[in-house]
Amino acid sequence: MANTLLAIDELDVAFTIGGKQYPALRQLSFEVREKERVGIVGESGCGKSLTSLSVMGLLPESAAITRGQISLAGKTLSAGLREEWHSTRGRQVAMIFQDPMTALNPLMPVGKQIAEMALTHLAVTRKEAKQMALEMMAKVGLSRIEQLYGEYPHRLSGGMMQRMMIAMALICQPKLLIADEPTTALDVTIQAQILALLREMNRSTGTAMLFISHDLGVIREVCERVIVMYAGFIVEDAPVQDILENPKHPYTAALLQALPSVEKRGQALYTIPGRVPPLTERGGGCPFAGRCPRAFGICHTITPELDTGMDGHRVRCHLYVEGRLCG
Amino acid sequence: MSEPLIRVEELTKHYYLPKTKLLEKRNAVRAVDGISFDIAEGEIFGLVGESGCGKSTTGQMIVQLVKETHGGIYYRDRQINALPANEMKALRRELQIVFQDPSSSLNPKKTIGWLLEEPLVIHGVADRAKRREIVLKTLEQVGLGADYLKRYPHELSGGQKQRVGIAAALVLKPKFIVIDEAVSALDVSVQSQILNLLKELRDKLRLTYLFISHDLNVVQYLSDRVGVMYLGKLVEIFDVSTSAVGPLHPYTKALFSAIPDVKGTRERVLLKGDVPNPIHPPDGCAFHPRCPLAVDRCSQERPGLQKVAPRHEVSCHLFEEGDFPS
Repeated sequence: MANTLLAIDELDVAFTIGGKQYPALRQLSFEVREKERVGIVGESGCGKSLTSLSVMGLLPESAAITRGQISLAGKTLSAGLREEWHSTRGRQVAMIFQDPMTALNPLMPVGKQIAEMALTHLAVTRKEAKQMALEMMAKVGLSRIEQLYGEYPHRLSGGMMQRMMIAMALICQPKLLIADEPTTALDVTIQAQILALLREMNRSTGTAMLFISHDLGVIREVCERVIVMYAGFIVEDAPVQDILENPKHPYTAALLQALPSVEKRGQALYTIPGRVPPLTERGGGCPFAGRCPRAFGICHTITPELDTGMDGHRVRCHLYVEGRLCG
Repeated sequence: MSEPLIRVEELTKHYYLPKTKLLEKRNAVRAVDGISFDIAEGEIFGLVGESGCGKSTTGQMIVQLVKETHGGIYYRDRQINALPANEMKALRRELQIVFQDPSSSLNPKKTIGWLLEEPLVIHGVADRAKRREIVLKTLEQVGLGADYLKRYPHELSGGQKQRVGIAAALVLKPKFIVIDEAVSALDVSVQSQILNLLKELRDKLRLTYLFISHDLNVVQYLSDRVGVMYLGKLVEIFDVSTSAVGPLHPYTKALFSAIPDVKGTRERVLLKGDVPNPIHPPDGCAFHPRCPLAVDRCSQERPGLQKVAPRHEVSCHLFEEGDFPS
């Protein structure tokens, strides 16, 4: 078994709005092993992006870690130390964002932006950095690289820009790559190319991946293991095949049933009543209790623990004890 | 099958670019380049394609929000794109559109009640009590109640806003609605609620939809027939429920194989490169530079839509009438 690369232990993150604290991430615990590809799935507002920002040390001003810790490659990252984060980002962990158009600097040639990453974090000369950038651009499947090096972002297509972002993220050979909805803004045929590239990069460079998406289909393409989040909690965590074939948490099951497909033609789609509770309306009990078709008495008062079954399939639901369905 | 409700003939939209040199021939973006299809009464016609292929422009031309460069649009066999303004206004009651992003298509300064009443005022429903009655009934149809009348758009969630967007299209009791990416911005659990609503409304009010989306899972779930666009042209039209062979055009095949699905049973056809520049589309078949099956003829001669089976048309040299190479 590979070593643990990223370990998040009982992490709580809260927003402070008007002097009041609103917890946005609750009791978050999970690990990513070296070279592993882990997905985080959930609807908007469930805390998946906040999780990645916490790991990057990029939490917005109004949010703060209130409990728990994050350790990367055996080193505990403390929230206060800016220098520590700065050396970690880029070298140890890098991130690609949803919209490459807003993530790239529009006033600087793209090649230079990639080289800048190496210049900042590695002890290299300008010439070496440029050479590294060109090599990286070739690796992510771009052609005419000499010419592309000097192009500005607006001259590139969405797919090319996302390839540039991947090149920039991987140039310092980080141990962990966080991809936050990297293909959501792209067309399906381009999405397929980028997903294939990410899988290939994981295989050839051994970079572990934390892949965030709202689309279970995309997660299945890329990841080995998937974490399902709901209203700031991890509700289920299991190998991808396992979760798709045998979802345990009622929320995961409902998400899968609600997906439209050609096979479901002519039938009404399964719907989850209501919506994800907004930050200000989250109370005690199971976060999903209000919308859950199988909720019973204690679901509304006691928050269930994240229960580990025998097969590494974790689920946060009162219906399960030690991974087995009760009652 | 009933008579077509909407028929489109050789519909074209060119956006001209400014000249950069005095004697230069003006360049044009061929957003939609001569497409023809029809939609039967009660049918849901899906229009799919990647960004920039012209699917939204097509929808906007049909409801005359965008003026076509040339071509004909027929509603119940009456040409509507040459009508005088007052007749077109009367017809707008029957042709409506629902937009992608309800947050930007609803006026943030007006209450939901006002937003839904405005179309009735414009179209001359004079009696105030009558208007109120219609608005309330429409709100109920989309699953919202009277307590929404006094609310503002920012007080609603994304799903509720989209219900209001649908209600705004429904108040005038249209026959035909263009639904342009109406569920793309929504989460899965809300998306399924809206899809069910659209289906229910179609059955109850006998509506006809042009359903535009880039999400192929959604389109295949909802539509009766699907038209696939590439660089401003229709490359294939097929019936989702009866087509035994499924999509045939190499582009459609690649597009459909690229859908990430949760079962993972599809065979991948990975396309190389990006969609070419629509100012200078490739000669011959527009798809030939990316097509894995292209032959010499594809780069010289432009294929047209050909009927290869009942309710199935393909625009590709590999398919002659009734012929299915594998």
